Amino acid sequence: MEVIAFSILSAIVLIAAFCVIAARNPVHSVLFLILAFFTSSGLLVLIGAEFLAMLLIVVYVGAVAVLFLFVVMMLDVDFVELKQGFLNYAPFGGVVALVFFAEIALVASAMGASRPETFDASPNAETNVEAIGQVMYTDYLLLFQISGIVLLIAMIGAIVLTLRHRPGVRRQSVEEQTGRKRADAVELKDVRPGQGI
Amino acid sequence: MEQFLGWTDNPILLVLLSLGQILLVTVVLLLAIAFLLYFDRKVLAGTMLRKGPNVVGPFGLFQSFADFGKFVLKEMIIPAGANKTVFMIAPILATTLSLICWAVVPIAPGWVVSDLNVGVLYLLAMSSLGVYGVIMAGWASNSKYPFLGGLRSAAQMVSYEVSIGFVLVTVILLSGSMNLTTIVESQTGGFWNWYAFKLPTIIVMFPMMVIFFISALAETNRPPFDLPEAESELVAGYQVEYSGTPFLLIYLGEQIAITLMCAMTSVLFLGGWHSPVGDLGLFDENTLAGLLGTGTFESLIGAFWFALKVTFVFFMFAFVRALVPRYRYDQLMRLGWKIFLPTSLVAVLLISGFVVYTNAAAA
Repeated sequence: MEVIAFSILSAIVLIAAFCVIAARNPVHSVLFLILAFFTSSGLLVLIGAEFLAMLLIVVYVGAVAVLFLFVVMMLDVDFVELKQGFLNYAPFGGVVALVFFAEIALVASAMGASRPETFDASPNAETNVEAIGQVMYTDYLLLFQISGIVLLIAMIGAIVLTLRHRPGVRRQSVEEQTGRKRADAVELKDVRPGQGI
Repeated sequence: MEQFLGWTDNPILLVLLSLGQILLVTVVLLLAIAFLLYFDRKVLAGTMLRKGPNVVGPFGLFQSFADFGKFVLKEMIIPAGANKTVFMIAPILATTLSLICWAVVPIAPGWVVSDLNVGVLYLLAMSSLGVYGVIMAGWASNSKYPFLGGLRSAAQMVSYEVSIGFVLVTVILLSGSMNLTTIVESQTGGFWNWYAFKLPTIIVMFPMMVIFFISALAETNRPPFDLPEAESELVAGYQVEYSGTPFLLIYLGEQIAITLMCAMTSVLFLGGWHSPVGDLGLFDENTLAGLLGTGTFESLIGAFWFALKVTFVFFMFAFVRALVPRYRYDQLMRLGWKIFLPTSLVAVLLISGFVVYTNAAAA
């Protein structure tokens, strides 16, 4: 049962990942990328790591990929121009792919010798939320906190980069808007016919 | 529904059994939504001193079924410039994603399709996927108004998910679990034990319920936050180009998401299947319940209370729609990022402090 599910899911991941680079329309590429993310979270569920699977969906599919899709949808893409650069970039892309493949092969061969027969997704705890929490808040507390600070700095950096105070922009003051009384806004005039105000 | 799972180990039978459960939940949910839609329109009509739907069936009760027939029989039009595949996938995705959320909602003791350990996260993940139906529908229509509506809706859903997430964290902290069944079980015995009303934490948790409710309105694009489909500006937003069955699917997906939000409010804050006054000894050996088989009877009563609470929250949704004028878009974003996000962050701090303090006092 699990083998069947694994084969189906990993086949979908591979096909979707291939389509990401093969699709002509960039929006389709992002949609295939989302499919690949979603299906790999299914693989995580298969090995019993539900927490990581849900986080993968919440963070990557629910937030990161939405931003990708936003940006790509707004682009005015010229398909002919996209194809022209292909041959120039192909050798460089090939080198990157080769290096990446070599690294993965190296890691896999090193792992193969010491890989345990069975895999426990939540060691020393009932659920894998507890297992992750125990490791994260004891052994790796410092790294965890540092990564939090790195994220904070990245966030502040993004704000600093994009925040510009331009002169001549009319801002809305919510306090002023909601604090308005009827007496300030409406004035009753008795207009006589033929005379006006 | 794990109580039915004990009697067989045959994998094929188990698959059939869970398929049956899924079918049962779907059918009951769709029937309930048919009548909730009718209820929604009746509440709106009542507030406006109109009669509302009153022609099809007694008191117009079968109006939703007539609408369903109309949508199914109508012609399905695909615009010439549309991206056909994505255009057709979008409504299917919208309905499917909001339906699969119901897999983890505990309806009564033991009545849940999948008793996930990370149920709350699953709901968060699936409802964050809901934005894709909208965004794909808006983009694939290849038309200005749907695209604008899709962008608005995506920004809105992503913004309000953040505060919904933090409100969920407060409930998770109090119950100490991400399993929805455990969360409901920890609120047993009368309304004074529900997380919305439990005593020392009511100061924080009741406002949290209000924030959750308002964020749920924004998340499901309901009035007063229905800017993605603001008729006066965008015709009908991302669903302009849809007709016939695809439109029905988009609409259905929205309604299922709304009902899911009602169910989540009652599970997280209003005690799920528990009655407001405790169980009153109804399920003892020597009462009527004992004669009928305690477990099933208890589940039926639980399902009744759950349905009542969902209907009540849905009534609030309908009432807000009738009473509150539409927000401006910048006001909506301000409310989400500048008011709800800081408030819920402070609430997470307060609640975690409270939990640590009480745990230390107990130990």
